[in-house]
Formats: sequence, C-alpha cells, structure tokens
Amino acid sequence: MLHCHITVSGDSPDMNLIWVPLLPLLGTLIPLLLGRYPRSMLALGTAFLPAVALGIVIHLIPQVMAGDYPVVSFEWIPLLSLNISFFLDGLGLMFCLLILGIGLLVILYARYYLAEGDNAGRFYASLVLFMTAMLGVVLSANLIQLWFFWELTSISSFLLITFWSHKTEARKGARMALTITGAGGLALLAGLIMIGELVGSYDLQRVLASGRLIVENEYYPVILALVLAGAFTKSAQFPFHSWLPQAMAAPTPVSSYLHSATMVKAGIFLMARFYPVLSQTELWFAVVSLVGLTTLLVGAYTALFKHDLKGLLAYSTISHLGLITLLLGLDTQLAAIAAMFHVINHAVFKASLFMAAGIIDHESGSRDMRKLNGLFRYMPYTATLAMVAASSMAGVPLLNGFLSKEMLFAESLNQHTLGSLSWLTPLLVTVGGALAVAYSLRFVHDVFFNGDPIDLPKTPHEPPRYMRVPVEVLVVLCLLVGILPDLIVGDLLVAVGASLMPEGVPEFSISIWHGFNIPLLMSFLAVLGGVALYSQRRHMFAFQAQFAEVDAKYAFEQSVQRLVRGATRLQEFIDNGSFQRYTFWLILAVGVVLGVPLLELASAQGSIARSDVDLVSIGGALLLIVGSVATVMVSHKRLLALVTVSVVGLVVSMAFAWFSAPDLALTQLSVEVATIILFLLALYFLPQRITLNHLSPARIVRDLGLATVVGALVGTLTYAMLTRPVNSISEFFTINAKTGGGGTNVVNVILVDFRGFDTFGEITVLAIAAIGIFKLLAGIRMFAPSADMDGRAWSRDRHPVMLMQISQSLLPLALLVSAYIFLRGHNLPGGGFIAGLVTAVALIQQYIANGVVWMRERGDLNFQWFIVSGLLLAFLSGAGSWIFERPFLTSWFDYFYLPLVGKFELASAMAFDLGVYLTVIGATLSILANLGKLTTAERPTPGGQS
Amino acid sequence: MELIYATVVGVMVTCSVFLMLRGHTFAIVMGLTLMSYAVNLFLFASGGLALHKPAILGETENPTDPLPQALVLTAIVIGFAMTAFALILAIRARADLGNDQVDGRSAPTDSLATKDKEQREKPRATEKASGGKSR
Repeated sequence: MLHCHITVSGDSPDMNLIWVPLLPLLGTLIPLLLGRYPRSMLALGTAFLPAVALGIVIHLIPQVMAGDYPVVSFEWIPLLSLNISFFLDGLGLMFCLLILGIGLLVILYARYYLAEGDNAGRFYASLVLFMTAMLGVVLSANLIQLWFFWELTSISSFLLITFWSHKTEARKGARMALTITGAGGLALLAGLIMIGELVGSYDLQRVLASGRLIVENEYYPVILALVLAGAFTKSAQFPFHSWLPQAMAAPTPVSSYLHSATMVKAGIFLMARFYPVLSQTELWFAVVSLVGLTTLLVGAYTALFKHDLKGLLAYSTISHLGLITLLLGLDTQLAAIAAMFHVINHAVFKASLFMAAGIIDHESGSRDMRKLNGLFRYMPYTATLAMVAASSMAGVPLLNGFLSKEMLFAESLNQHTLGSLSWLTPLLVTVGGALAVAYSLRFVHDVFFNGDPIDLPKTPHEPPRYMRVPVEVLVVLCLLVGILPDLIVGDLLVAVGASLMPEGVPEFSISIWHGFNIPLLMSFLAVLGGVALYSQRRHMFAFQAQFAEVDAKYAFEQSVQRLVRGATRLQEFIDNGSFQRYTFWLILAVGVVLGVPLLELASAQGSIARSDVDLVSIGGALLLIVGSVATVMVSHKRLLALVTVSVVGLVVSMAFAWFSAPDLALTQLSVEVATIILFLLALYFLPQRITLNHLSPARIVRDLGLATVVGALVGTLTYAMLTRPVNSISEFFTINAKTGGGGTNVVNVILVDFRGFDTFGEITVLAIAAIGIFKLLAGIRMFAPSADMDGRAWSRDRHPVMLMQISQSLLPLALLVSAYIFLRGHNLPGGGFIAGLVTAVALIQQYIANGVVWMRERGDLNFQWFIVSGLLLAFLSGAGSWIFERPFLTSWFDYFYLPLVGKFELASAMAFDLGVYLTVIGATLSILANLGKLTTAERPTPGGQS
Repeated sequence: MELIYATVVGVMVTCSVFLMLRGHTFAIVMGLTLMSYAVNLFLFASGGLALHKPAILGETENPTDPLPQALVLTAIVIGFAMTAFALILAIRARADLGNDQVDGRSAPTDSLATKDKEQREKPRATEKASGGKSR
C-alpha cells in the first residue's frame, strides 16, 4: 500500500538517509540469526549494520553543516498526512552520532559483560531495536511518525530492562518505566495532534517554519503542558524521575546506553526539537527552568546518599538531566547551545562511568559502596579511567564537564527568568555544583581508596582487555573535548544551534580560559563546597538517616494495585453477567442518544404537508398494530406468537408493495417463508410455551416504560423525517441507471452496480452467518423429542403423500419462476437476492415434504459449495475489471441480437448478480437444512458429522 | 398518512423492545424479528412514501427514491441471517446450558430441559439408543 516516491519539497532529497534508520532495523534480525554462534562473532555481526549507518551519517556531515538538510519522504496515507519521512538537521546529526557511536561501544562492551548463560542474541536484538527507535525519533520529519518511534523506545527499553526477567525488581522496574513514559507518550500524542491541527500539517519542517503561530494561539498552554509532560517523563524530570533509578535493574550496558546517553535524552531532544516554535515565552521559561532546577538539586542531593554504585549514577543522571532542562529554560541566547553541549558531555562521561561501574560489579561481584573500598590496588587502570570520567562529572578543568558547567554558571548570571528573584538561580546552581563534586568525590574515594574491601564475593581484578576499550574511547573524548573544545565540537554546535535558532545563531566560542571572572569563582566555590560536604559526610548521613526512606517501587506498585482493584470492582459492577441488564442499559442509552436531539428539534411537524389517508393504509396499519401487540400478549404461547408475528411480516411486505417498492415486497415475502420455517424448526427444540408466574410486576412496569419511551421516540423521529424534505443523492442513480448501468430497475442496478461493493460485503456477511450456524450446530448434543409438550406424539405420517406430490410437481415451476425473476431483475422487479430466496424456498419445500434421505438420494447438495462459488463468482466478476485497468467492480454491458430471441443485453453485473443468487441459495439452504437435519436421523453426532 | 406510518413504527418498536427485555431466548429472537421489521420500515420511509411510483425507469414519470429500497433489500436478507444466527445460538445455548434463559441462571423448569439434562449425564451408549428411538 506504500505509495513510494520521493517528494521534492524540503531541502534536498537523499535516498541515503533512509538507510540510517533502516539498516539498524534490518540489524535487529542479525543477532537473532547468529544467536548460537560464538559471542565475538555475534557482537561483530550485530555491530556491522549500525556501523554502516554511522558511516552514512558521517558521509552526510558536510552537507548538514552547510545547512542543506537531506530529506527522504514516502507518501503513505497523504489524506491523513501520514507520511514516512526523515530529515537530518544539526540537532538530529548530533543525536545520530551519539546514538550510533555510543551504541557501537555498548555492543562491544556487552560482549564481555553478559554472562555465559544469558541469551545474548535476544539482548542484542532488543538493543538494536532500541537504536532504530531512537534514530527514528531524532530523524523523523512527521509528527505522528516521531511519536511512533518515541513509543517504540519505551517498548524496546521495557524489553531491555526486563532482560533478566527472573528478577522481580527487573519486572517491577520495567513496568514502572513503561507506565510513566507510556503515560507521558500519550500526553505527547495529544500535544502533537494539537500542533498538527493548529499548523495544518504534520510535516515537522512545516511546523518548525510556523514561527510564532503556536505560542500566540489560545491553546498554547495546553499544547505546552502536553508536550512537556512527554518530555519530562521521558527525561526523568521531577516529579516523574522515580522510574529511572528503578530501571537500573537492567544490565549495565543498558543503563549506560539508554539511561544515561540516549533514551533519557529523548525528552531533552523533544524540547530542543520544538524549541523554535514553543519556547521564548514567559510560561516556557518559568516552567522549564523551575522544573530543571528542582530536578538538578533533588537528583544531586539524593545521589550523595546512595550506597549502590548504579543508584548514585542514576540520581546523578537525573541531576544532570535537570541541568540540561534548566539551561533550555533560561532566557539567554547561549543557554540552549550550552544545553546541547552538555548533552554531548554528559553522554560521554556518564556512559563511561556506567561502564566502569559495570566492570567493578562484574569483577568484584558487588555494587555496594559500603563494601567496595580500596579497589585502586586491584584495578589501577580501570580506576584511573573512572577517576577521569568522575572528575569530568564533578566539573574539573581540562575535562569536558567543566566547560558546560562553566557555561551554565555564566548563563545563570545573565538570566532574568525569575524576575527579581533571579539572583537565586546562580546560588542554587552553585549548590548543585557543590553536590556534584561531593558525590563524584564519594564515587572515587569510597570505591578506589578508603581502606580495604569488605566481604566481596570475588577478588577484584582488571577486566578483559577489550572490555576497557569503550571506556578508554569515551575518556579520551572527555579529555579531547575538554582541551580542544572548539576544534572537536565547535562546528557541530553551530549546526545544532541552527536547528534551535533558525533565525540566526549568536556568535560564541568555547574555550577553557575566560580569565578570572565570576563563573570561575563559582566553580571554585563549588569544588570547595563539595570537598567540605564530603568531609562532613558522617554528619550528613546521620541527618539523612532520620528520614524514612520511601521506596518508589513499592509506592508505585501500591497505587497500581489500588487502581487494578478499583477497575475490577467497577468491571464487576458493570459486567455482572446478566444479559437482560446489558440489554436494558443498551436500549436506555439508545433512548438517550435518540431523545436529546429530538428535544432540541423545535417541532415534530416539518415543512411538508401531510398526505391523504386511504382505507387500505388504515387497514394495514391496524393489522400491524394488532399483530405486534398480540405477539407480545401471547409470547408465552409460542406457536400462537409465531402466527401473529408472521401476520406482521406479511403486512410489512404488503406495505412495501403499496408504497412503490415491489423489489422489497418480493424479498420480504420470500424471507418471510424462510423465517417461519426456521422458527417452526426451532420450536421443535425449544419449549413450545412457558409459564409466566415468575414475572415480577415491577419488572414489567419498568420494561414497558422503557419500551414505550423508545417506541415514542422512534415514532416521533419517523414522523419528523417523513414531514421534512430530503436532500438525497438518489437522483444520480435514477439518471445514470440506464446509461451507466444498463438497467431500468434502479434498485437492482444500485445493488449490483453502483453499490456493488456494499452488496459484495453483504453477501459475505450472509456467508459468514451461514458458516457460523453450521459450526454452532456441529457436534450439538440435543434431545430430539418424540412428542410435544403436552405429550402428543408427532405425526407418524412424516411425509404425507399429498404434500410430496404437490411439492414435487411445483419444483420445476418454482425454479422456472426464480429463473425468470433472476433474468428480468436488471430491468423489472427481481434479481439475484429474490430469485435466490425463491429457489431456496422451493428446495426447502422438498426437504420438508420428502425428507433428507430422499433428497440425498437425488444428489446431495453441498451448500458450502454454493456459498463459496457464489462469492467467488461475485468477486471474479468484479476483479475482471482489473484486466481492463478499471477499479474493482466496474461494470460493462452491451446489447446483442440473436435470431428468435431478439435483442438482449449482456452485462458483467449479471455475473455478479448470479454470484449473489448462488450465495443466497447456499446460505439459506445451509441454515435451514442443517437445522432441519437435527430433527431427523441424519443429525450429526458429536464424534463427527453424518 | 405520515402520522399513521409513524405510529405503526413506534408501536412496533415498543413491542419489540419489550420482547427483547424478556429473559427467554425465544422471546428475544421474536423481539429481534419485530425490530428488524420496524427498522426496515423506518429506513424505507427515509425515501418518502409514494404510491404507484416504483423506481423502474419508463414506467412512471417521477420514480420514488431507489436508494433506501436498495439498502433495505439487503437489510432484509441480512436480517434473516441474523435472526437465524440468534435462533440457533439460542438452541445451542439450551443444549449446552440446559435451559433457555438468557442469563443461563435459573434452574431448568420445563420437562424438555430435564430430559436434556438426564441425557447429558447418561453415558454415550444410551444416547445412541435414544437416537434410535426418535427414528
């Protein structure tokens, strides 16, 4: 269905781009296929396609830097503006490099990290799926598509967190992460749809070019709240941060990749993506900066008290995400650039720290900092790497973390976000900086020094050579960016800035030395404060110990279970198993839906004057009313009720005839016969009458009340409809029936030609009902009574001679009539439906008069064959128009001349009608004869069908 | 005429709704049948009530609206299939549950159901015998 062509709109079409998300998508299959091969081969195979994708991205860098963004787009459902389109701008480029670069390092790292027994194939497949999802998020040029990949990151991260699914904390953590990010994702979808509707396009580039349109709209606060809800949940901002520490139950490569470098940055990416069209308002600055600041402080403070290595890193990640959010919320020009710079820096140093933590866990068997001490002696090389990365996290000069932190300090001094309270921000970020120094110090000092290890399960040692390589690469990047920032990332940041500030990027330069200024003083104070805090840690731990620790996991589980209990109670209240109750509520709902618009209608009487009444109509109406009411009155005497209901049916068919609908009258009449036979057969198996003593008067009053109300509403609606002029499309059919469809019976032409596709659907429904009934009756275990309820035995004369004779002699006549009705259907009342019913009734009559055995001796009719061939014929007659390159069911007709017969018409619609005819025969016979067989010795037995 | 027509449709709907709210399967199928008559009449009326103007070209100057007729025609046939399905579902439910209550709750009261129940509890051999008897 994918309509494939490259649109030329946008910047420059480039088919290479599609391979960037597509290769990793294909790459998810490779680890599944290589699962049984040696680990190294598996890792290499997994890395291959993402590496090619990275090569393509690198190849595209010069083009993106020049501002000529590659675009690739496929139309899918253009009516709903659902297109598959990708584009690569500066922002996307930065994220692509992070996702693919760190992703490849993580693949290498995981090869050594996973234990022998772990299913590495499944792990790698989920990891590469996640990579695809992330690439999709950052490359999407369509809002809905962006959201799709956004949700895919949630799902694939769920798979990764539950990788060790035997651990309860993995399952609970994954559930919590999925619930919170999933809920945020729904909010985001709502926000994106609002943006799309507001801008009038779901094309991201058009949205980004819409300027101030969204912020000036009255719904801007709602849109902002929804989009930020998505961003904040994904990026673990306060108060939605509690899922991230729980997600640490995942294997460490996952924490390193998803929960520090990429997925948690998706929220940041979202804010950056919509920065040009959603920011630069008071509301944005206030909300984003305050949430960011709170997260920064809460995360940093909590990190200090975590004994689990990964717990410390998780809260430190939360804190740094808060820092980035804060930067995005500051109203200075360079703050957003600084935010993007810190995205890179944080990803680099935090991914390496997680990997180092994984190595420590892997080689010592513990992550508890109370046990891990003095590891420097056992793994000096890894310790040195971790110390460099931790210094970067603390913001020590000559490392990348220092640069972005300095930028934060500088920008915090220039902002005016909090009005006259703006002086608070620099103070609080300095406090945050001090806390970061303190927990980084704790990480280094507690683990690598501070005495000897206590009760470690293993004797720590250095990891395998290549497990260290990813850490080394990242630490070297920390140093390179820290020492030569402009050379390494300067151009990239300019390109990213162009995405965030399309109207022009301010001049900036990142350098290590800006002279003695206030930000440097703040850095100095932060380091000093951090050291002081750490040296006083005993007092702080004692202080913190006074508070009961809340386990977010249990709080979450508790609320989930409360929700489930509530939902179950509600469901048990609504779904109590009583069909009668459901019917009552359903009909009541219909009454309400019907009644409310009628209340708003000024008068039931419309503009058309009432037409005259004639005696025939009055008589018919009286019969219908009496018949219906009588059916209700005698409904417990079922045979009698059957008589009254058939009176109603007959009068209805007469009404159709009276009001110029001969086709309907014929159909109703033949259906009536089939229906009554069906009911009679059913009464053979059901009680022929019941006693009414168990009916409560209150129930009758209630039901009668509801029935009267609904009846009155429908009656009023009918009257209102009848007295108002209709603006119908029918004129088209009347005009074109002869010229376009080649028939004068407009009803039949509509059925087999204009609305042939509907009819095709309807005979399919008929076929499904017949097959469903066949299935219901197969293997039924039913007592076949030999007498009626009063003990009167069924007549011994099962096949009366008179009936046999008459029915047999009627059969050819009936078939002739049905053939006639069928043939003339296109021009006069008749057609496939009616002819099929007439034939079916004629054959059923044979069954009744002569019995199943007699019929089988004369050729067993295979009803299913009728149904299938009818459907097939209808389909083929429609599909035939494909040969002539016309749409399905385009009809063809022409006139021919034969001697003796004269001029006659052939139309492809007749073949279609023949299909209808066969299906109707098959379905009707299948229903009636299969039920009828149950009353005879031919009934199917539970073991198999006779 | 319009008033009479509307009244008839209203009464038929009332009767059918009342029947559909009963607890026995047969009454509900009866209600469904009546309801489909009423709905067909209602849909048919959306084309207006015309006398002696069938939608056959060449027979009358100003034929009536053919579209509701085409819709109702298929509705009648599908209505039949639906009624049949509901009815056979009722038979099946009675065979499996032992009564013809929609909620499947009340104890079997009629003699047929009791016999059914007996038969279900009998071993397979006797079932063949009873099959023979009905022959």
